[in-house]
Amino acid sequence: MANADRRPDPEELLRRVQAGERRERRGRLKVFLGYASRVGKSFRMFDEGRRRKMRGQDVVVGAVQSALDPGMESVLANFEIIPPITERHAGRTYEVIDLSALFRRHPETVLIDGLAYDNPPGSRNPHRWQDVDELLDRGIAVITAVNLQHIAEKQEEVERITAKRAANSIPQAFLAEADEIEVVDAPPDALIGRPGDSSISDARRLAELREMALLLAADVVEDQLQDYLESHGVTARWGAQERILVCLTPRSSARVMLESGHRNALRFHGALLAAYVAQTHVEEQDRLLLQSNLALAAHLGAEVHCLSGDDFVETIIEFACEQRVTQLFLGHTGVDRRFWLWGRNPIERLIDAAEDFDVRLFPHGGAS
Amino acid sequence: MSRGRLKVYLGYAAGVGKTYRMLEEAQEMKRQGVDIVIGYFEPHGRRETIAKTEGFEVVPRRVIAYGGGKFEEMDPEAILRRKPRVAIVDEFAHTNVPGAERLKRWQDVHVLLDGGIDVLTTMNIQHLESLNDQVYQVTGIRVRETIPDWVVDEADELVFIDLTPRALRNRLERGVVYAQDKAQRAMENFFTEGNLSALREMAMRHTAHEVEEKLSVVTGAAPAPSDAPGPGGAPGGAPSGLSPRQERILICLTGRPSSAILIRRGKRVADYLHADCLAIHVAAGQQAYGDDREAVERHMSFARNLRIETHVLEAADVPRAITDFARERGVTQIFMGRSAPQPWWKSYQETVVQGIVRHARDMQVTIVAERRR
Repeated sequence: MANADRRPDPEELLRRVQAGERRERRGRLKVFLGYASRVGKSFRMFDEGRRRKMRGQDVVVGAVQSALDPGMESVLANFEIIPPITERHAGRTYEVIDLSALFRRHPETVLIDGLAYDNPPGSRNPHRWQDVDELLDRGIAVITAVNLQHIAEKQEEVERITAKRAANSIPQAFLAEADEIEVVDAPPDALIGRPGDSSISDARRLAELREMALLLAADVVEDQLQDYLESHGVTARWGAQERILVCLTPRSSARVMLESGHRNALRFHGALLAAYVAQTHVEEQDRLLLQSNLALAAHLGAEVHCLSGDDFVETIIEFACEQRVTQLFLGHTGVDRRFWLWGRNPIERLIDAAEDFDVRLFPHGGAS
Repeated sequence: MSRGRLKVYLGYAAGVGKTYRMLEEAQEMKRQGVDIVIGYFEPHGRRETIAKTEGFEVVPRRVIAYGGGKFEEMDPEAILRRKPRVAIVDEFAHTNVPGAERLKRWQDVHVLLDGGIDVLTTMNIQHLESLNDQVYQVTGIRVRETIPDWVVDEADELVFIDLTPRALRNRLERGVVYAQDKAQRAMENFFTEGNLSALREMAMRHTAHEVEEKLSVVTGAAPAPSDAPGPGGAPGGAPSGLSPRQERILICLTGRPSSAILIRRGKRVADYLHADCLAIHVAAGQQAYGDDREAVERHMSFARNLRIETHVLEAADVPRAITDFARERGVTQIFMGRSAPQPWWKSYQETVVQGIVRHARDMQVTIVAERRR
């Protein structure tokens, strides 16, 4: 809660140190993320491998996508390749990366094209990303590439756009935990001219996928940024994302504020939070009103927080700063001159104290 | 003659490889027989990038004498005479030396586009006008060379050039981006991992936003619903209820320096909400206006450069005049800065913020933070 001591507890510090040590021993994972086939992920990946090799690193290729651009042959010629093992199972052909060969060879870096492949039943790991995990555990760095359609948590949305669903996937957490993720962006026009694509409505679909991939990457970067700042003891009052906090009180125009907050968060692809400061004496009628407002907030996808503190303004400000809020929504109950003057109205105090975020005041109009 | 097409390569810092990617694609076009020339290229001593310029025809720059020195700028007129299909123009956000026809390189680029020439260009996210304050808040650096958002919005293609901060810092360390001593300073100041990550995220989000905007233009999607209930729109209706009234934002300008922050913020919110954006300054009598007339004029012209419609009124009762104007124009949200602190002998008087909040009982009022560091 807002007034809690925010120094990390010893357990948390220990966990962080251990995570840091594990990370140090582990190989580094770099993922190239594309929004569709042929945006040039593989090319970027092998180019990175080439550059590392030029700088004297020991780089080998552990997997290549079967359908190769003609230009790729010459790129690949520069690498030592440890070919995947081809296995047939129930009429399907699988390409399984040769883990034991890679362990024996133990290069500094392995290039694995196509992170989301499945292994045949009975393999050491059901999925290729788990093989990659093992390589990392052995201290081997991995550079790999994956398409948006293979991120498990995004598959439903992708299917809505393309009416297709990829059979194989990787958990988004695996992507989020990568040391580095790089977006391979290209305007859809560049893809449409190429053989294979056909209709104009593809342009629309591709644009939607492109936006999704960029936002996914932005979310991953946001999390990494917060981790970085925390581990460096920086308390950032800023972020690169809009974060809207709706202050709920029993009598405010909560519905209007929440719905507006919801729309704004959608437009900005930002976060929506709702908070109320617990009060000791609340009339039954107000309590019910608050309950329904909280339910609505949750329904609209807001992260709901119950705060406690003696002073409403201080509690809200502290929470808003901690949450790196950029806009604070607040209802006012038709301000009276005397109220401004005598009471040091809470709204006025809040405006004065809000140095890092905007305060949007909603009139307590007709809507409840 | 049809207008040329504009393609922008957007990065989040120097050294991420914008120019390299632009030249790589230009080489590919050249191989396909496209008539393409270099209109302006800044080598920065980067060998790999310079190698990519091989084989391109370069239109000579024009030399401008200024303050006892000689400066070189792009020569749009010479490029127009040469009339290629495509011109490569590095550093979209560049400010020309005084004495050039136009203040900004993006204005030179518009001359080329008007002349039917396609342009490939590069820029970093911190040069985008609407992000100026956020960039300052994150990095502590006030970027002076900015491009109005609408100029970037109008690009036919925007492509985000990504590189991880770690890779960028490696490049700096190896002296690929700047000379070693400059690189060291850069890494301690601007190119910290925190700064780079934040800028990178902004660039990703902005590209996503541009992609989405283009989508809604293509499909003619309805503008985002506003907060104001439409005619017959039941208060407290479903979130996706009847089509609400178009959102309209009014920015209240003064002569105070924070007005620039206010303009950028109001315009940014308006753009994201697909809202109209107006600005107003109300002078409380001729004398009061005279005091900071110059500053007000400057803010007004800044607003107009961002394509905001501006108005100046004179009235004794400032809050009343603002809210009356807002109501008349169907404004749904008023944007303003905090009122200046009152001297004690005036503390019984109502501030402008208080007055507007009191009058605007049918509108939302947003008080914009100054976001100091």
